[in-house]
Amino acid sequence: MNQETILDINDLRTSFLVDGFEVKAVDGVSFKLPKGKTIGIVGESGSGKSITAMSILQLLDKPGKIMGGEINFKGRDLTKLSEKEIRDIRGNEISMIFQEPMTSLNPVYTIGQQIRETLKVHQGLDKQRGTKKAIELLTLVGIPSPEQRVKQYPHELSGGMRQRVMIAMALACNPELLIADEPTTALDVTIQAQILELIKDLQSELGMSVIMITHDMGVVAETCDYVAVMYGGKVVEYQDVKSIFKSPKHPYTVGLLNSIPRHDTDVDELEPIKGNVPSPKDMPEGCRFAPRCPFATELCTQELPTLDTQADGGEVRCWIYTDRWDGDPEVNVRESKRTAESE
Amino acid sequence: MSQKELLKVNNLKQHFPIKGGFLGRTVNHVKAVDDVTFDIYEGETLSVVGESGCGKSTTGRAILRLDEPTDGSIEFDGVDLLALNKREMRKKRKDLQVIFQDPYASLNPRQTVAQILMEAMAIQKAVPKAKRRERAIELLETVGLNADQIDRYPHEFSGGQRQRIGIARALSVDPKLIICDEAVSALDVSVQAQVLNLLKKLQKEFNLTFLFIAHDLGVVRHISDRIIVMYLGKIVEIADKKSLFENPQHPYTKALLSSIPTPDPEVKKERIILKGDVPSPINPPQGCRFHTRCPFATDICRQEAPALRNLDNMKEGHRAACHHIEKIAAEQ
Ligand SMILES: Nc1ncnc2c1ncn2[C@@H]1O[C@H](COP(=O)(O)OP(=O)(O)OP(=O)(O)O)[C@@H](O)[C@H]1O
Ligand SMILES: Nc1ncnc2c1ncn2[C@@H]1O[C@H](COP(=O)(O)OP(=O)(O)O)[C@@H](O)[C@H]1O
Ligand code: SF4
Ligand code: SF4
Ligand SMILES: [Mg+2]
Ligand SMILES: [Mg+2]
Repeated sequence: MNQETILDINDLRTSFLVDGFEVKAVDGVSFKLPKGKTIGIVGESGSGKSITAMSILQLLDKPGKIMGGEINFKGRDLTKLSEKEIRDIRGNEISMIFQEPMTSLNPVYTIGQQIRETLKVHQGLDKQRGTKKAIELLTLVGIPSPEQRVKQYPHELSGGMRQRVMIAMALACNPELLIADEPTTALDVTIQAQILELIKDLQSELGMSVIMITHDMGVVAETCDYVAVMYGGKVVEYQDVKSIFKSPKHPYTVGLLNSIPRHDTDVDELEPIKGNVPSPKDMPEGCRFAPRCPFATELCTQELPTLDTQADGGEVRCWIYTDRWDGDPEVNVRESKRTAESE
Repeated sequence: MSQKELLKVNNLKQHFPIKGGFLGRTVNHVKAVDDVTFDIYEGETLSVVGESGCGKSTTGRAILRLDEPTDGSIEFDGVDLLALNKREMRKKRKDLQVIFQDPYASLNPRQTVAQILMEAMAIQKAVPKAKRRERAIELLETVGLNADQIDRYPHEFSGGQRQRIGIARALSVDPKLIICDEAVSALDVSVQAQVLNLLKKLQKEFNLTFLFIAHDLGVVRHISDRIIVMYLGKIVEIADKKSLFENPQHPYTKALLSSIPTPDPEVKKERIILKGDVPSPINPPQGCRFHTRCPFATDICRQEAPALRNLDNMKEGHRAACHHIEKIAAEQ
């Protein structure tokens, strides 16, 4: 990769102190995002996707705290910035959109007032110029009759339109990085298709870099260039999008792909991962995935593997790919019928 | 197919009144389900798909008579359900069970798993008292939980495990039909796959019939025999699974299928992006309800509601409600 890197996160750790107990929500997240590209962060609920995103912008709820690691954005470590410095970056150079737009729009202000406020804070636009820009932004995100819409309140819009308004607000200051946390999870698929198309169009028009947080491998396949798979607060695999689907390396990634019921082809039987996602209060020692992993050995249950770069440039956190592997030397993590077929 | 119809739904309508004004009079109606007719065959899985608010859950609730339908008839195993009084209907629920999306909301947090299962059996007098605990243990094992978890409370289980408890409770009375309303929607995909496999296994084992309500078309393709697509309170297409996915006829079905992101970055497909949002079911569009978003709409679509039709290029039992099926097929 000799492209310019806009974001380089290194061993990020974020915890919540609850009843004197440290909940390690994010516990070793590392990935790089080349400028102008999209990275997908995938994983099941509770794996730490949202907390990773909130850590970047330091939007963590009260007991949450970054315990260590670096978040390098254009050469500056965001974890070292003051409250004021991070506020200048938020909504300006880095914007975020959330899963449920209603919770992040203020119900007592009109759409126009809310967009104008952002423009006033970051760009010092007055009311008249702010309104003009707000209408431009609503047009950009495909909202019909924007002149009327700026006067409406959030509850007067449908879910899809509210998500468009959120995107319009996020784009108000031409951010270089957009963080989208499950931006379409609450929407119907036909509306999801509209919103994903919109984000892609805007990205190529404005040259933004995007972090797309999702649990939907279909969304990943269609929107991302790179993928980081999270499990138990850690990145367990990082690859470019084609490789992750074609040659997944981590047993969890393989399991995830084999669990998806496909709409585009018939699958005789799903191959679920046994057991459940571990609770952060009850995280296994050693590899977090060991209790559910069909290949786990004694080493796996005792020691945590590191996230290592492979010969092909991908990264994986699993003992199988190390010299210390103490299981079957011929092990094939993709022995399943389904992943084997797609090669 | 010489199959027996277990459930026959005819011209079902569910119009909810909207109260307004200071007298609280009915000012309008939400036409949540508007003239829906279909059959479910014994032993099959019939799915209902469509976007939020199209009337899927309302259809399920009407069949269970959780809401009293406005109009139409529902015949279950030869019995007219709408003619039953409350007590008779309660007895019938033994044959007609339901599993909801959020198992937590439907499980009493103060009851142990044993109590939950035994109460269901007691209400329906499905199992003699002395045998109930034994049967409860058996059921837990059937749904893949451990017998030693039987005296635990719902909050001690994960979402997927709670859904298994909900399934065990539905099975405890030996039902014929189970309505699954978004039964796997809230689960993580690795756990969702476990529950889907379980449902399929149980169906074979106990000859169950499923009415499966869902919005995830991947899940639906995996579990169904036949599929109904609804839009704004109406059935727009009904077909066996293969026909629906491989030979869809209605423009809405086509758009819906093309909207789903495919988990394979090397598949490049034509996407039909629909304009706008689903209109309100309070004053649904005249004529074909899809005409406000349909790329093929003409005058007749704005005036006349299309009926479900089967044409030569469609398999037996496959029907779609669109005026221009022939024209659209010819153009492609
Ligand atoms: N008790 C009620 N009173 C008034 N309107 C209702 C009532 N129940 C449902 N509706 C309306 O009927 C329509 C259909 O609702 P329904 O719950 O069947 O949708 P659905 O297809 O199950 O959607 P989802 O995918 O969101 O669960 C909606 O517009 C809904 O708001
Ligand atoms: N405010 C909080 N207090 C305590 N724990 C939290 C809080 N927010 C999140 N967590 C925990 O952090 C972990 C990661 O959460 P999150 O990043 O939201 O997951 P997801 O991958 O679903 O977005 C979860 O186990 C969650 O329970
Ligand atoms: S380290 Fe061991 S337990 Fe963890 S994923 Fe690899 S093989 Fe499985
Ligand atoms: S009847 Fe007309 S509006 Fe309705 S789906 Fe067919 S072509 Fe489209
Ligand atoms: Mg989240
Ligand atoms: Mg519903």
